[in-house]
Amino acid sequence: MNRTSARAALLLIAALASTSLAACSSQTQNASGGGTSSAGASANGTITVAGSTAMLPLVKDASAAYQDAHKDVKISVSGGGSATGVTQVAAKAIDIGDSDILAVGHPELRDNRVAVVGFAVVTNPSAGVKNLSRKQLQDVFAGNVANWSAVGGADQKVVIVNRPRSSGTRAVFAKTIMGSMPISESGLVQDATGTAVSVVKQTPGAVSYVALSAISNGVTIVAVDGVTPAPDTIASGKYPIWSYEHMYTYGEPQGNVAAFIDFVKNGTDRVQKNKFIAITAMKVTETDR
Amino acid sequence: MIALQARRSRRVERLALFGLRIAAGFVIVAMAALLLYLGFEGTKTFSADRVSLSAFLFSPVFGVDLGQPGSEVFVLGSLAVTFFAIAVGGPFGVAVGIFLAEIAPHRMTSVLKPAIELMVGIPSVVYGWLGLTLLVPLIRTHTSSPSGFGLAAAGIVLSIMILPTVITLSEDAFRSLPAALKEGSLALGATRWQTITRVLLPSASSGIAVALILGIARAIGETLAIQMVIGNATQIPRSLFAPTATLTTEIVTDMPGAAQGSLLEHSLFSMALLLLMMAMVLIVLVRFALRKRR
Repeated sequence: MNRTSARAALLLIAALASTSLAACSSQTQNASGGGTSSAGASANGTITVAGSTAMLPLVKDASAAYQDAHKDVKISVSGGGSATGVTQVAAKAIDIGDSDILAVGHPELRDNRVAVVGFAVVTNPSAGVKNLSRKQLQDVFAGNVANWSAVGGADQKVVIVNRPRSSGTRAVFAKTIMGSMPISESGLVQDATGTAVSVVKQTPGAVSYVALSAISNGVTIVAVDGVTPAPDTIASGKYPIWSYEHMYTYGEPQGNVAAFIDFVKNGTDRVQKNKFIAITAMKVTETDR
Repeated sequence: MIALQARRSRRVERLALFGLRIAAGFVIVAMAALLLYLGFEGTKTFSADRVSLSAFLFSPVFGVDLGQPGSEVFVLGSLAVTFFAIAVGGPFGVAVGIFLAEIAPHRMTSVLKPAIELMVGIPSVVYGWLGLTLLVPLIRTHTSSPSGFGLAAAGIVLSIMILPTVITLSEDAFRSLPAALKEGSLALGATRWQTITRVLLPSASSGIAVALILGIARAIGETLAIQMVIGNATQIPRSLFAPTATLTTEIVTDMPGAAQGSLLEHSLFSMALLLLMMAMVLIVLVRFALRKRR
């Protein structure tokens, strides 16, 4: 009998541990910023960058090149998501916070725009749609369209694949396409861009919105009001789903931090190679949309 | 010589006891710290953000943007997958437990036992991965569910995951019965099946209750494996094959982007607190079941 209760206690502790682990790791994430200096303080030495995973390829690429050119500077780059980047830089835990979305309610942060990112609506090829109007897109993502045939596609059920509430990608899509219409909660939620793409690939009738840089073969890119997402259509303002990539600093960036931000922004070849669009190429601003 | 030895053993004794006390004290401190922290963070939704408790518990709309986070979908989701798991995995696990304790020949037990222990050792991400690559496509092609993600996929994965817990504990419940019960029943001419159902099963009932409750505790706390197959939609599922979310999956899905001090972070902490309280109720139930046995 004692043996049973001892084993019972042990199993219960295991069950509890797995539960509490989920709660605790949000703390770890907040502590993972690492560096301690503010934007101006690190004249030389280490620059710490964290935030948006959509920006990660570009920032990593740039940091490698920058460190090659400046041997005395060490740059540590990590992800964590746009919200993490903003929170961390506001707490002065990192030097630069990467974000796909505007940091609302942080007047102390300096917004340094370094590039533009385009997002595409992608479907599983079985949906049979190549073009949707903005109104149709709103209806699909609001959950008002059950079958692709209602918007000129194949006889296939619609499966919405969403990103989590706090995702920068979701915020941009909601702002540029949905407007005041809420996104349907009946959709699946995938917490990373990569998994969203693979679920769309595998699930007949699935549809999602992802950064252009993350798209691979096996999905159909849907044109919006007849316009396909591409660097030139985004730069000219014809294609609506895009946003600035922000590198937030606490106050005015100085020293190596300022130099690195300029380096990212001005390396237009690198920006294009990573499927982003240079700020200088844009013929429209966010307010024109 | 003898006196010296005695003194040394006394010192070893004192040191060992001190070490044990430290270890026990650390467990208590860690547990208290966890409870306090979760209690502190988890109540901010109600104190700092002024969300009413009833709205938090019973509103199906998780409207963080509107300042009204309702966790009803997640509470129902947690209860639904847990119920599914215990309804399918419970009887199955108890049956295997009976088989192992009463029927299986020794050689078979010696193969089955390590196999069950191995099941405990498989990380939950592996169960989730198998669910995602085998179960979800299977449900997608054979049911009306367009995506395959949903309650059923999560429930089946969980049913398998709680098996080792239920099997091991119900087997123990049968093995700890006095041999005289079984011998007496058989001596009176009862068949093996009659002995199991009429004599052993009622006697082991509280042990089986413990096995089931701990199976439930395991199911309600499971996170990663379910998150991979349940679909994580904030909706009350209309069918077994509709996607939904649980308390644990919601925490892990929205946690990375929850800014410190935001309502989203506070409500996720409140959900964690809710989970902890559910687990506490289960502990009380286990203690109650064990006491009844004595």
